[in-house]
Amino acid sequence: MVHDKSVLLEIKDLRIEGYTGEVWVPIIKGVDLTLHRGEVMGLIGESGAGKSTIGAAAMGYARDGTRIVEGSKIEFDGMELTTATEGERRALRGSRIAYVAQSAAASFNPAHKIIDQHTEAPLHYRIQKRMEAQEDAMDLYERLRLPNPKEIGFRYPHQVSGGQLQRAMTAMAMSCRPDLIIFDEPTTALDVTTQIEVLAAIRDIVDQFNTAAIYITHDLAVVAQMADTIKVLLKGEEVEQQPTEEMLDNPQEDYTKSLWAVRSFERPQKSRPEGETPLISVQDVDASYTGGDKVLDGVSFDIHKGMTVAVVGESGSGKSTTARVITGLLPPSNGQVLFQGEPLPPRYQDRTKDQLRQAQMIYQMADTALNPKVRISEIIGRPAQFYSGLSGTELKHRVDELLDLIELDPSKFYNRYPPELSGGQKQRIGIARALAAEPSFIICDEVTSALDQLVAEGILKLLDRLQNELDLAYMFITHDLATVRSIADEVVVMQHGKVVEQGPKDKMFTPPHHPYTDLLLSSVPEMDPNWLTTLLEERGVDNVGEAADV
Amino acid sequence: MSVFVVLYFACLIIASCLAAFYEKRGPFILLFSLTLVSFILGIVGGTGALRFVAIAAAVLAFAAGVAFCFREFLVVLLPTKIGKELKTAPLTAAFGLFVIFTYAIAAIFAPWIAPYGESEVIASSFAPADENMLLGADQLGRDMFSRIIYGARNSVGLALAATIAAFFLGAAAGLLAATKGGWFDQFMGRFADVIMSIPSLIFALLMLSIFGPQVFVIIVAVAIIYAPRVFRLTRAVAGNVVVMDYIEAAKLRGEKDSYLIRREILPNSTAPLIAEFGLEFCFVFLLVAGLSFLGLGIQPPTADWGSMVRENATLISFGDITPLIPAAAIALLTVAVNFVVDWMLFRSSGLKE
Repeated sequence: MVHDKSVLLEIKDLRIEGYTGEVWVPIIKGVDLTLHRGEVMGLIGESGAGKSTIGAAAMGYARDGTRIVEGSKIEFDGMELTTATEGERRALRGSRIAYVAQSAAASFNPAHKIIDQHTEAPLHYRIQKRMEAQEDAMDLYERLRLPNPKEIGFRYPHQVSGGQLQRAMTAMAMSCRPDLIIFDEPTTALDVTTQIEVLAAIRDIVDQFNTAAIYITHDLAVVAQMADTIKVLLKGEEVEQQPTEEMLDNPQEDYTKSLWAVRSFERPQKSRPEGETPLISVQDVDASYTGGDKVLDGVSFDIHKGMTVAVVGESGSGKSTTARVITGLLPPSNGQVLFQGEPLPPRYQDRTKDQLRQAQMIYQMADTALNPKVRISEIIGRPAQFYSGLSGTELKHRVDELLDLIELDPSKFYNRYPPELSGGQKQRIGIARALAAEPSFIICDEVTSALDQLVAEGILKLLDRLQNELDLAYMFITHDLATVRSIADEVVVMQHGKVVEQGPKDKMFTPPHHPYTDLLLSSVPEMDPNWLTTLLEERGVDNVGEAADV
Repeated sequence: MSVFVVLYFACLIIASCLAAFYEKRGPFILLFSLTLVSFILGIVGGTGALRFVAIAAAVLAFAAGVAFCFREFLVVLLPTKIGKELKTAPLTAAFGLFVIFTYAIAAIFAPWIAPYGESEVIASSFAPADENMLLGADQLGRDMFSRIIYGARNSVGLALAATIAAFFLGAAAGLLAATKGGWFDQFMGRFADVIMSIPSLIFALLMLSIFGPQVFVIIVAVAIIYAPRVFRLTRAVAGNVVVMDYIEAAKLRGEKDSYLIRREILPNSTAPLIAEFGLEFCFVFLLVAGLSFLGLGIQPPTADWGSMVRENATLISFGDITPLIPAAAIALLTVAVNFVVDWMLFRSSGLKE
C-alpha cells in the first residue's frame, strides 16, 4: 500500500496569548509546524512550554482566557482554521481531527457504556448506521488488542482497567478515521507495564490507517518510540526540530542536550552496615481497610540508617499502604513496626512526640501537601517551633537555614504563599518541612512523579545531598524504575500486597529476576527508538496485554 | 405633545444611535426596544406613564452613579491589594456596599443624626409630614424619621448579634465534627437534624413565651435556630479540607485539634463561610422583624422596623405609605446584603476563571 505523504497541517508563526486579569501575555511566541499525512510528530518540553496549547491550536481551539493572535496561520488540509467559523471548525473536530486526553477515566462519561460513547461521533456525522458503527468499534478493539473485543464495549468505563480505557479512547478517536489525532500525554498516568500495551496499540493503529499524529509528552523515551520527528519546545518557543534518530544521536542545542542528560544521574550504592539494628523494621505486617480484603500480606523489610530503600510496584500493589502502616495512619491487623529495635505503637495518636518527629513524610502532590493559605515561613517554621520550641529570631534563623538547605533564597520565599510557587519549588518546601523536624527517617511517596524530568532530577540530587549531610534514611516509594536506578541502595518489589523480591540494587538489576521484577524492568522505556519493537518481538506481540495482567 | 414627551423620545433615539455607532450590542438592543415600548406606553398610558419610566430610569442611573463613585472612592482609599479586588466588583456589589455603609453610619451615629429622641412625642398622632418632620408622625405622635434611624441601630444590631452567635455555635460544631469524625460527627449531625425538624417560627415563639421577650432570649433563640444550617455548611466545607495531605502531615506531627482547626482548616474555609454569613444575616433579620411584627420581638417604646410596620399598619387603609417605609428599609438592606453576597460567592466559587 502506497501512503499519501502530502502536507496535512501547516502552522505558521503561531502566537497565542493568555489573559492574566490585566494584560495579555504571550504563551506561544511564533511556532511553525508542518505535518505530513501519516507522520507522527513528538512535541516535548517541560510543563508550561506550551505543548498542550499547540495541540489544541491544531484543532483551531484556544482555551478560555487565551486567544490566537491575528496573523497566525493554521491550515488544515487546505482550510484556514483561524478564519473559519466556529461551526466549520466544530465539523472538523471528532470527524477529521481527534483528541486523546491524558486521563481516559476523566474523559469518559461514567454513565454510558463505552461503545455508546464510541459510536456517538460516527452517528452524529451520519457516517455509519448504528450496527455498522458497533461492528467497526469491535474491529478497532480487536486491532488495539483489547481482551474480548466483541463484549468489552458493552461495559461501563469503571468496569475496565486504566490501560484498557486509554486504548478504548484511542479506538474512539479512530472511529471516524480522522486524518489527524492529537495525543496529549496519553500514557503519563499509567504504570510502566500498562504503558507498553497502549504505546504499541497507538503505534500500530496510526500506522495501519496512515493517520498523522501529534504526540505530546514530557517523557523522552516514550517519544523516541512513537515519533518520526521530534520538536523540542521551551517557554513557547521552538528549540529545535529533527527526525527522531538524529535528534537522539546528535542534539544541536544546549537545552536539548540537558534534557537528554537527565537520566544519567546515578549515585554510588551504599551497602548495609553489618550487625547494626535497623532503623525501621517492618515485620510480617498484614493490613486491610475497614475489614475488607488484605491489602498487605506478610510484608517484611528493614531500612538501615543513612540508606535509601526503594519500594516499587504497580499502582494497587500496596506501596503507599505500607507507608501508612509505618506512619501509624493505618494500624496493621497483624505484625509490627520496630524503630531502632523498639516496637512503635500501631496508632500515631499513641506515639510520643519524639517518635513522631523521627519519621517524616514527603508527599507526591505538593499542591495538596502544603496549606495554600499559610505562609512558607510558618509551614517550615511550625515543626521547628512544635518539636524544638524555637521562637522569635531563633525560629526565623532556623527557617532561613532550612531554606538555604533546599537551595531557595530565604529573602525571596520567607513571606510567600504556596500557590505562588512552581511545582519544583513547592516540592522543595515539602522537603524543608520534613527536615525542620530533624528526623532520622523520611518516607518519600512518589515525590518526583508529578514533576518534569529536569526538575525531578534537581529534587533527587537535593535528596541525595541531604542524605549525605544529615545521615537520613529514605523509604522511596515509586513506580519509576529510572528513579530507583539513580537513588536507591536497596530495592523492595511489591505486587498484590506482598513483597515479591528484595535485595541490594546491583543484585536486583542483574538477572536472574523474579518474573514480575523482570516484567517491571523490561517495561521501562529506553531512549533507543527500536526498543519497543525489539521488546514486543521478544515477548511475542500477542501477549503484551496478558503479560501486564499477570 | 408636551415638551417632556419630545425630549423623552429625542434622548432615547440619540442614545440608541450612539450605542449603534460604537457597536455596543447590548445597550443598543435595550435602548431601542425601550423606545419602541415607549411608543405603545405613550399611547396607552399618556404622559404619566412615560414620566414614570423616566423617573425609574433616573433612579436606576442615580443608583448606578452612586455605586460607581463609591467603588472608586473605596479603591482610592483602601490599600492597593484590596483596591485591586474591588475594581473587579460589579456595580451591584458596590451599590450593596454603599447601602450597608449608609446603614452602619445611621446606626452608629443615630443620636446625632436623628432630629428627635427615640420615644419623644412631638406632634399629634399620625400627623402628616411638614418641615420639622421629614416623614410625619406615628400613631403616638413620634417623629417617624428619627425612629427609622434608631431602628437601624436596634433591628440591625440585634440581627447581627444573633447571626454572629449562630455562626459561633454552628461553625465551631461543624469544624469539630469534621476534624474528629466518627461518633462525635454522627452525634452532632443527628442533633442538628433534630433542631432543624422543629419549625423555626414556632420554636422562637415558644422560647419567647416561656422566657419572656427580652433581647438576650431573642438572640439565643435565633442563634439556636440558625446554628444547624451553619453547622452543615461548615462541616461540608471542612470535610473537603481535612482529606488534604497537609492536614495528614499536621496530624502526624502530633498537632492538637485546636491547632488543626485554627491554622489549617479555618483559613481554607473562610470564603464560603463569609458568603453564608451574609445570606443567613438576611434570614435572621427577616425572622427578627417577623417576631417584632407579631409583638414578641423588641418591645416598645424601643424603635424597631418590624414593630413599626405593625404599629402603623392601620394607615394603609387610608392610602398612606408611612408603614411601608420601615418595610422598605428592611427590603433595601436585605437586597443590598444579597448583592454583596452574590459577588463573594462568585469570587469564592472560582467562577471567574
